[in-house]
Amino acid sequence: MTSASPVEPMERSLEAQEPPEEGTRWALLAAIFESPVTVLAVVIIAIVLFMAVAGELVAPYGANEINVMNQLQPPNLTHLFGTDELGRDVFSRVIIAARVSVQVSLVSVALALVMGVSIGLLSGYFGRWVDIVGMRSMDVIFSFPVMLLALAIVAMLGPGLVPAMIAIGVVYTPYFARITRASVLSVREETYIRAARSIGASDARILRLHVLPNVMAPIIVQTSLSLAFAILTEAALSFLGLGVQPPQPSWGRMLFDGRGFITEAWWMAVFPGLAIFLTVLALNLIGDAMRDALDPRQRSAIEARAGNL
Amino acid sequence: MLQYLLRRAGQALVVLVGAAILVFALIHLVPGDPVRVALGTRFDPEAYEALRRASGLDLPLHEQLVRYLSRAAVGDLGVSFRSSQSVFELLMERLPATISLGGAALVVGLLIAFPLGILSAIRRGSAIDHVARIGSQVGISVPDFWLAILFILLFAGALRILPPSGYVPLSEDPLEWLRHVIMPALTVGLISGSIMTRFIRSSTLEANDQDFARTARAKGLHESTVLRDHVLRNAMVPIITVAGIQLASLLAGVIVVEVVFAWPGLGRLTYDAVLARDYPVIQGAVLLVAAIFLFANLIVDALYAIIDPRIRVR
Repeated sequence: MTSASPVEPMERSLEAQEPPEEGTRWALLAAIFESPVTVLAVVIIAIVLFMAVAGELVAPYGANEINVMNQLQPPNLTHLFGTDELGRDVFSRVIIAARVSVQVSLVSVALALVMGVSIGLLSGYFGRWVDIVGMRSMDVIFSFPVMLLALAIVAMLGPGLVPAMIAIGVVYTPYFARITRASVLSVREETYIRAARSIGASDARILRLHVLPNVMAPIIVQTSLSLAFAILTEAALSFLGLGVQPPQPSWGRMLFDGRGFITEAWWMAVFPGLAIFLTVLALNLIGDAMRDALDPRQRSAIEARAGNL
Repeated sequence: MLQYLLRRAGQALVVLVGAAILVFALIHLVPGDPVRVALGTRFDPEAYEALRRASGLDLPLHEQLVRYLSRAAVGDLGVSFRSSQSVFELLMERLPATISLGGAALVVGLLIAFPLGILSAIRRGSAIDHVARIGSQVGISVPDFWLAILFILLFAGALRILPPSGYVPLSEDPLEWLRHVIMPALTVGLISGSIMTRFIRSSTLEANDQDFARTARAKGLHESTVLRDHVLRNAMVPIITVAGIQLASLLAGVIVVEVVFAWPGLGRLTYDAVLARDYPVIQGAVLLVAAIFLFANLIVDALYAIIDPRIRVR
């Protein structure tokens, strides 16, 4: 049911840029960092990572430092992003909440990567019934919109950080499975695979040493794009009150809380949302830059998302 | 042609049965006893037994599966744990709101994507092309619930020209419906439009590069004729796909946006059911949405085959 597939080839002929010169990784990096926009995106992600690691150390106030006397202050010099209904500093909370977003997206994408790549490798390499079972089950997962499936999984496991990670991981597994399988199919018949087989290498060895390294490029690109979608999905789940639970601050949950004070305190909803937006935008830009450098034939962030609002 | 469509329909049916099995499994993967969880503090042994029997949860597992699948096939999705109402009726009550929002959002999306996508393709590298490319990158990165809140701040807060949330059925009062649908449709439509813009741009560029476009120009046809009769006509196939997929995912419910705007559609129903742990409703909603999604994909495949004969033989 991949109705999107007939669209792919045109990107190939059109936006396909020249791959970097043969050889060094430096050429590749140079190609990725060619555009100043990408450099800016990398800087944003570096800041987000720094906030995730050292948030408490650099934040001017604690995430749950309550000061009711000081509630709902508009942005000013002591509270750059204002304060919330309990007088907590929104700026500090935005900084500290970066950790949850980074944590959830890394863990859930790692989950999707391991499951999806394994299924894709086995399906593509062994073919026959392994392929049918693997890909049909991916089709089933794919037939649910992302948010709905994530919601159903959270309904099953109950709200919280770990269920959110599992839900997002499961939802994005088919993306990795499909991309991996497609690449394996094209690699499978290469001479070096036949050569390895003819000297008696086992399937496991061939998969690990010969197939996997040669299908990595699209998987790396998909990883970067998936991190962006995972942050969006986590924020949406937390916004619905089903992801990260208080008192741990998260961007989505801050927006959820801010919604109740929308007329009195616009800053409560605007700044956490801006943090989500900039992080996701930066990851998408990096993903597209990596795609152009590593694997120009693959779909861009936008096309990867066509079926899933 | 017919054979192609039958094969596609068969594949969709297999996936749908798989989806139904997954949805059936949902309730059994709930840690503990779903009925007990659903009853929560209202627990009493009599109600518990009654609900268990009514939902067939007292039968052996394989009998439950057969029962669930055969009933779902005729539209019987069980009864709500909360209201004892038929799940199918609940879903049908909510469907019109979702369809009217999805339709409005698709109109917004297409109104943005068509002119912007085509213009940015035929004026490649121009200012409008840059605007379209930056705009679509922004569009896929913006969280929908945040965009929704920004619209509420602007239209309901600062300008006070639109109601912040709520729903009036189209059949009751079209004007009031319009006033209420503008913000949610803009939120969803802008995001979906930015995805479609990119597709329309690249498929127009692709068609514009082909030999037939060059031939048409070489024989001296007017540029607008070339565009209308040769380029756009050929660019249509991928555009229809993406519009179809978009429509499917819009109908599938834009959960978060429905929640923000208190729009009583499928998404809102699902969300409320998740909060209330009303498993039959969650199951029914998920299954209905998967069916809509697969059906829409099937329609897209059929349109394809009609527009592009090459696809039928593949």
